Amino acid sequence: MIAVRRILIREEYCMGCKLCEINCVAAQVETGNLIKVYRYVPELPEPNVIVEEHDYVTFALQCRNCDDPSCLKACMTGAMHRDPKTGAIRVNQEKCVGCWMCVMACPFGVIRRNTKEKKVASKCDLCADRGTPGCVEGCPNEALVLVEVRE
Amino acid sequence: MAKRKVPPEFVVERDDYKCIRCLACVRVCSYGANFYDENANRVYTENTKCVGCHFCEAICPTEAITVRKNDFDIRPLAHWTPEHLIGIMKQAETGGVLLTSMGNDRPYFSYFDRIVLNASQVTNPSIDPLREPMEIRTYIGRKEEKLEIEEDEDGTVKLKTEIAPQLKLEVPVMFTAMSYGSISLNAILSLARAARTVGTFFNTGEGGLPKELREFKDNMIVQVASGRFGVSADYLNAGSAVEIKIGQGAKPGIGGHLPGEKVTEPISETRMIPVGTDALSPAPHHDIYSIEDLRQLIYAIKEATRYEKPVGVKIAAVHNVAPIAAGAVRAGADYIVIDGIRGGTGAAPKITRDHVGIPIEFAVAVVDQRLREEGIRHMASIVVAGGIRNSADVIKAIALGADAVYIGTAALISLGCHLCQTCYLGKCNWGIATQDPKLTKRLNPEIGARRAANLLRAWAHEIKEILGGMGINAIESLRGNREVLRGVGLHEYELKLLGIKPAGEAW
Repeated sequence: MIAVRRILIREEYCMGCKLCEINCVAAQVETGNLIKVYRYVPELPEPNVIVEEHDYVTFALQCRNCDDPSCLKACMTGAMHRDPKTGAIRVNQEKCVGCWMCVMACPFGVIRRNTKEKKVASKCDLCADRGTPGCVEGCPNEALVLVEVRE
Repeated sequence: MAKRKVPPEFVVERDDYKCIRCLACVRVCSYGANFYDENANRVYTENTKCVGCHFCEAICPTEAITVRKNDFDIRPLAHWTPEHLIGIMKQAETGGVLLTSMGNDRPYFSYFDRIVLNASQVTNPSIDPLREPMEIRTYIGRKEEKLEIEEDEDGTVKLKTEIAPQLKLEVPVMFTAMSYGSISLNAILSLARAARTVGTFFNTGEGGLPKELREFKDNMIVQVASGRFGVSADYLNAGSAVEIKIGQGAKPGIGGHLPGEKVTEPISETRMIPVGTDALSPAPHHDIYSIEDLRQLIYAIKEATRYEKPVGVKIAAVHNVAPIAAGAVRAGADYIVIDGIRGGTGAAPKITRDHVGIPIEFAVAVVDQRLREEGIRHMASIVVAGGIRNSADVIKAIALGADAVYIGTAALISLGCHLCQTCYLGKCNWGIATQDPKLTKRLNPEIGARRAANLLRAWAHEIKEILGGMGINAIESLRGNREVLRGVGLHEYELKLLGIKPAGEAW
């Protein structure tokens, strides 16, 4: 049994401010400080969380870390793998050849291309190396909540 | 177009170094005041659209935004202030009644601020509330004149007198009537959950009962107002008490008007009126033109609720408040709510809000005094509403004669309200005074309930602390105990009305 991190999406409280996206970007950069990140980091990474909007329905979506992940099956090199410790789906950039089959296979559309390196770029790793994920920490209305599921 | 522009009331200042162009402020402003200029890569604000709700300031992740009051610097004139000028400008433009929200903001004397509290020294020991029991539970409802006890043959003692229905309050503070329509369902849910956690009551207001609130029966007071929206036998029995609203402190003597645009599907369902029709609450109840008529309604409600629930009457504090309250008590009210001149509202004509009514401090003092003189004080509890800002106000109100207080504005502040006084626009950025689904979801009732409950808990701690300092161990020993109060800088006649001594005078 391992404790697996999951991010719970509560669309009923999402106001569409997109601060999760902003904080996700900052969480991927070393300094972390929002002002420093946005002023001085030359090439900012893509956010791994995307706010979907339609009229008043808004919610932040990041990798669901599916139990039966299509991206993992679609990956021909084995770059896409499940982290045995956290249970999160992660991508090994060394192995990735940039075929982008995972991008096509993902039913949620949360894997993005990295056009600079021609590899898979955006893939939420649940901020495995960080305490609370940036998006959860940055949400002003608790529309994203970190939960631990025992598996 | 004739250029007679009303100057902006607020200025949104942005520290350009700190602004990271995340555009959160642009996305969230319901008034559309914030803009992003792609060509210049700058965020800016159209200040005339800003109402000063501070939502953008609160949400800005880098603290780049400061919302400031715009000083409309005309030649300094003591009599003609910018407020008067702006009022005339707006009216010259529209020809309409100036609307506003919240409570009276005029610089009338606050008597609460001129009253100080006592504390024990040497001769009467103070009590440490952390070590010794401190009772702040109170009961709202009619109390019996005397208690009769009977003894069985086998010696067991029983209460013979039948006790009238009571509301049990763990904290002498309740959430006042704010209807579904005037505030969002998430706001009401926040207060309802907080009331349940802490052990007090919230009030549905006159907007009827959304089905989501049915589960809060044990912490809910239902209101019957002149519009009688959503009132049915089922509704009357849905809460723990029924309150007849005669008047409101923010707008004594006038009714209410919920514009048709705000009567959406869910509002129409709870108010039991067609979608899109104006919800008009007449100024008087059209079946109440005397105390005798009031008595009829009180007893009609008591019959409908099988005498199982206290029935209260809410009146605004006006010049004749004492005899009116006494009349209502004799008419059968189990509790009286007095709403003072500072009482809040979702929408009222500014001229009424700012100039009609009397300060609550006088109202509660004279009502308590009058009921005592008539020997009917025990027949009804007194609940004070209108401008209660902190636990000291609660203590002073109770010492002046109240049983408990109602808070409205303070409760909404705990949910996020920044007192911008534009509830009547229905575009509340904080998700409180709005029905727009895009805005109401900004108020997460889990957070709201937590914050409102925290406020009550904090006040409870402070009340216990002050009571202990005065050497009193029960809130009921404080009620009407005006010896613990002293006036500072008040005239003799004011002191007499308040029934308190000036500071410096011993017992």
